[in-house]
Amino acid sequence: MGDTLFDKVWQRHIVTRQLDEALIYIDRVLLHEGANHAFRSLAAMKRRARRPRNAIACADHYVPTVGREKGLAGIEIVENRNEIAQMERNAREQGLTLFGNEDPLQGILHVVGPELGITLPGMIIVGGDSHTCTHGAFGALAFGTGSSELAHILATQTLWQKTPKRMRIVVNGLLGPGATAKDLALCIIRAIGNDGGIGYFIEYAGPAIRALSMEQRMTLCNLTTEAGARGGMIAPDDTTFEYLAGRPYAPTGALWEKAIAYWKTLATGAGACFDREVEVDAARVAPQVSWGTNPSQVAAVNDVVPDPLDEPDLMRRETMQSALDYMDLKPGTRLSEIPIDRVFIGSCTNARIEDLRLAAGIARRGHAIVPTIVVPGSRSVKRQAEEEGLDRIFLAAGFEWRDSGCSSCTCVNGDIVLPGERCASTSNRNYKGRQGPDSRTHLVSPATAAAAALTGRIVDVRNLTEI
Amino acid sequence: MAESFTRLTSVAIPFDETNVDTDQLVPGRFSKLPIGPGHERVLFHDRRFLTDDLPNPDFIFNKPGYQGAKILVARRNFGIGSSRESAVMSVWSFGLRALIAPSFGDIFFNNCFKRGLLPIRLAEGDVDKLFAYLLPRPGATVTVDLLEQKVIAESMSFAFDIGGIQKMCLVKGLDEVSVTDTYGSELIAFENAYDAEFPWLSAQLQDPVSSTRS
Repeated sequence: MGDTLFDKVWQRHIVTRQLDEALIYIDRVLLHEGANHAFRSLAAMKRRARRPRNAIACADHYVPTVGREKGLAGIEIVENRNEIAQMERNAREQGLTLFGNEDPLQGILHVVGPELGITLPGMIIVGGDSHTCTHGAFGALAFGTGSSELAHILATQTLWQKTPKRMRIVVNGLLGPGATAKDLALCIIRAIGNDGGIGYFIEYAGPAIRALSMEQRMTLCNLTTEAGARGGMIAPDDTTFEYLAGRPYAPTGALWEKAIAYWKTLATGAGACFDREVEVDAARVAPQVSWGTNPSQVAAVNDVVPDPLDEPDLMRRETMQSALDYMDLKPGTRLSEIPIDRVFIGSCTNARIEDLRLAAGIARRGHAIVPTIVVPGSRSVKRQAEEEGLDRIFLAAGFEWRDSGCSSCTCVNGDIVLPGERCASTSNRNYKGRQGPDSRTHLVSPATAAAAALTGRIVDVRNLTEI
Repeated sequence: MAESFTRLTSVAIPFDETNVDTDQLVPGRFSKLPIGPGHERVLFHDRRFLTDDLPNPDFIFNKPGYQGAKILVARRNFGIGSSRESAVMSVWSFGLRALIAPSFGDIFFNNCFKRGLLPIRLAEGDVDKLFAYLLPRPGATVTVDLLEQKVIAESMSFAFDIGGIQKMCLVKGLDEVSVTDTYGSELIAFENAYDAEFPWLSAQLQDPVSSTRS
């Protein structure tokens, strides 16, 4: 019986076993400003990074998305400036691979790693950020952790782990017009629940997954953590290899040939066993909109806000009611009638070049009637978008064209949604207060977000004649 | 970590909510605060305090009977979301040492052990029984016995599972890095074989890619 993709990567990284845990070798560790806690722990242990270049640090959470030409010194929020400066100082002092505030390659960790070819199949990548699971799109085993484990990895290049269970999600058919990887991911989270993945590592497989571009695979894997799973991964294939070829940090020449030969062995073997199998029909995936306060509380755009009274599980019913109270929504309201006050297009979920092309394709059809910001996932994405003229489309449509960072997803850089406002957002979390105190988030794809900008409400992008 | 965890009897707070995410435990704007004295203030900040930082009398932490609690009993999916370890530290700084729930966010669950906090997964039915016992009795106590792996409340006793290394580190108050260091020779042998097998990984990132920094 064959091994799963997960097992092939996991087993090759076991340094030793002790009791019921394994000491796992970590190829790359990803850090953002939040890692300052980890640097303090490292200093307290009187340790230095064991393999410093294998730690990649990006300034992304606290960077402003306007006025970046003024550099670090020009950042107005003093605490944020200090946090970025501290992280950059720590990274330089340890000799890490750093993409700081002023670096032309700066961007969100989970955009920068893949686009520079740092993320490679077969790696184990751990990051100080729950959306590190994004990198699973390349057939890497990638997950997030806290600052103590980051310090442990910096000091030892390893981590103690219990083996998670394996789940396979097979997506049959193909996504229809207007449906994106974001919509597929939200459908999956709704199907298995925001806790359905707890204790599992997920493999996405099937024809619909094979047909996804790398950008879409990253969006899908990125949202795996919202189903409670540590991570999700996709076996590398020609799409992966074509994406990686020629990237700055991808192998070249004989090393490339050797790497490809290895990467081709990473697919799940026939007859491999999973602890849980789920099947999804891609053709049935419509554009999705979240109506509640966790990412499993979503519905198709042409559907209505569900009624908690229809939910048999008492605890889930109370959760739904509390979500509807917070979101100020009534059961039975058509999602396509929900007014929108603000739009955010960005984040590690949906700020890559394909996402921006998709949004621009809608933006060119009208003019924004609510404040809308577009925040590219990295400066590289920004440059490419400008070469393609996407910035001019956004600006002509009245969208703001910002500099790269996490922005209105984490909102710690000051790009917040005001109390009571409803934001159509391409980010990944709609928790209470996530985008600012009393903010209300509707998670959507870049296309639906752009359409919301033009109409001031949620619309079904499949029939946009109404604009 | 220096504090050793073996057995604890304390007032327990029945926190009757599902899906308590780490953004609620510590709102993002507090993530950057240094972890140290005063950090307990940020725990559930936007719910525990009113706008002018007065304690919110309706929040269970502020109700009579729960002061000094070291145990919190919660519902499904406690600590989901962001990986911020400040969520664990605020819980710890507040004085809590054990958390009991049917399920936890995976990252939060692992982070707890690193900071001397014991998260315990019990069957949903067992957690229901704890709530039925605690809700009408503010100030009632629960015992957590890590050595025996049991949660005890009055005449009820529930067994729980825990990882071997996790238990050892908590009981002995060890930090994991010192445990890992005892495998130093295995690690060097692993790295040598690994680097030889995957030369494209050991070669990557050694030099900055100046050519792309236009």
